[in-house]
Amino acid sequence: MTLALTVAILTAGAVYLFTKREMLRIILGFVLIGHAGNLILFAAGGTDRRTEAFHPSADPSVMADPLPQAFVLTAIVIAFSITVFMLVLAVTGDKTDDTAQKVEELDVAAESASDGVRRIPRKTNGQERP
Amino acid sequence: MTSEMIGALLPLLVGLPLLVAGLLVMTGPRLRLHAVVNFATMLTMLGAACGLVYYFWAHDGGAVAHQVGHWPAGIAIPFAADMFTALMLSVTMILTVVSIWFAQASRAANSRYFAPLVLILTTGVNGALLTADLFNLFVFLEVMLLPSYGLYVLSANRNLPLRRVHGARLYVTMNLFTSTLYMIGVGFLYGTAGSVNIAVLANQAQTDPTVAFAGAVSIFALAIKASVVPVHGWLARAYPGTSPAITALFSGLHTKVAIYAIYRIYAVVYNGDTRFLWIGVVLFSLTMLIGVFGAVGEKTTRTILAFHMVSQIGYILLGVALFTELGLTAGIFYLLHHMIVKASLFMSTGAVEVRYGTGVIGALGGISRTEPVIAVAFMIAALSLAGIPPFSGFAAKFMLIVGAVEAGEIAAVVVMLFVSLITLLSMLKIWTGMFWEKGSGGPATKTGTIITSATRDPYAHEASYTPELATEATHSQVTTLTGAQTILESDESTVPRRRINFALAAPSVILAAITVAFGLGAQFLLALSGIAADGLLDTTQYVQAVLTP
Repeated sequence: MTLALTVAILTAGAVYLFTKREMLRIILGFVLIGHAGNLILFAAGGTDRRTEAFHPSADPSVMADPLPQAFVLTAIVIAFSITVFMLVLAVTGDKTDDTAQKVEELDVAAESASDGVRRIPRKTNGQERP
Repeated sequence: MTSEMIGALLPLLVGLPLLVAGLLVMTGPRLRLHAVVNFATMLTMLGAACGLVYYFWAHDGGAVAHQVGHWPAGIAIPFAADMFTALMLSVTMILTVVSIWFAQASRAANSRYFAPLVLILTTGVNGALLTADLFNLFVFLEVMLLPSYGLYVLSANRNLPLRRVHGARLYVTMNLFTSTLYMIGVGFLYGTAGSVNIAVLANQAQTDPTVAFAGAVSIFALAIKASVVPVHGWLARAYPGTSPAITALFSGLHTKVAIYAIYRIYAVVYNGDTRFLWIGVVLFSLTMLIGVFGAVGEKTTRTILAFHMVSQIGYILLGVALFTELGLTAGIFYLLHHMIVKASLFMSTGAVEVRYGTGVIGALGGISRTEPVIAVAFMIAALSLAGIPPFSGFAAKFMLIVGAVEAGEIAAVVVMLFVSLITLLSMLKIWTGMFWEKGSGGPATKTGTIITSATRDPYAHEASYTPELATEATHSQVTTLTGAQTILESDESTVPRRRINFALAAPSVILAAITVAFGLGAQFLLALSGIAADGLLDTTQYVQAVLTP
């Protein structure tokens, strides 16, 4: 149950961050959803009916399933490398970020809802923006 | 050779390119050496893949597998191949060879990391095609995608930094999200069925609804990668952001590996369950329609072609949604035909884009007069895409329509015929907007001529520049010049010189020739596809091969 709730909270946070316009927030969203995925893999090993990995009784039927843990390890490494790559993309695209420049296509509600847009210089044709 | 020996050789298809890539990185910036070794490795693997096709043809189907590390079956992470795998391997290797050629000729390959990245990409593709373990498929998809991100950025069009950043971000975020989703689906499969070995999972989704739901999450993730409507939006925005060579390479590999995985998972894990087929028929018919309508509004060749790719993916996947012998045969044949034709189209228009600096419809004219070879290659591939005989597209579409009629999906047949018509119109749009004469002395031909003379300088000085950069840079200069009514002096003012040399034209011509060969020799290829389809209809041989130690 704890795992399921944690996954739910992480996913909710990720979805919230995905709706932001700023690349950095999207990356943070990916960090969260990556953790949610890892916890799901972890739960797939049957955490409710198994105990810790090195139990003194050493009964294989109640020991933690090592396979999902190996999956999680692989997934963490992959997600980490792509996160680093995305961070590089976020930095290189800073000056020429076209997600930030297409302000005029946004409607006002979406704009005020996303704090990522506030940093953009307001080069408008005389229109005042909220 | 016995099947065991062949099975034991399968991991080489994954290990060899990875090893060569590592060695090439260590040799440093010796580009010619890189090119030669790259070609040699790819051709070796192409030979191996064709050998595999021959083996399955001679044995009329069957499957080979290998338990990597000789772990007991069920515990080992197996590699397995059957006719479908072998055909896919062969065609992806043909495409990779031709794409590397095109990349070399269009100077998209002038980086010391190009050859290693392509080799690692091949590792991922081969691994994803060969593996019989769903989590390992996730790993190999990542192995395939990581070098792709590198290639995407490495040879991106430097004159359009906005589009590059936009495209790369979209491409990476989309793929990471999809991979995470796929991984979650595999986690659910492990939780419900207790294994990720595709042979152990065989038929379980048919008997256990929870496994079916878990598998559906994985298939949904793969459908995003294959760009099925309604999750197709990324493709036409991400693919045109890089150089034409890389677009052509990706078009043949990435979405097609996802399609292969959908075919395989649905055939083995779901055992072709007829209860869920209607979802596929509806979605894939929509994919055909919406993809082709998306292309109507686009203004550059590559975005048009990318939307057509979405539409064609609907056709390919309709094969698995029919899940009859005829439907699967047609679907597999369509898949092979489409990989070749789409890459040919990307390469012929890409060659024009590389040399003339733009892929905008209507910006150029009279390419068919200056570049007759490219124009013919484009026309053949375009007609093949639309499904005109005698090219492979006709055989593929005809078979698919017969299969759909046989399965009673008349609505899908109507959609297919209608979409073919729009496809043809759309191809004619590219033809008139780029290849056809715009009237002598029109503004477009003039611009085309002037770019020629201005292009030379940046070319000669900066060998490290991509030609796109050079042409695009001068293109902006030229437009200001023409705007000021200045006419540059040029020695080819009367008859424009041919600018696409043999090396740049050859890839699209070769692929166009292959589509003609596929069309004329359709019977043979259909026989091979039929063997592959039998392997999907009756998966016992595949499952048995994977589970025998």
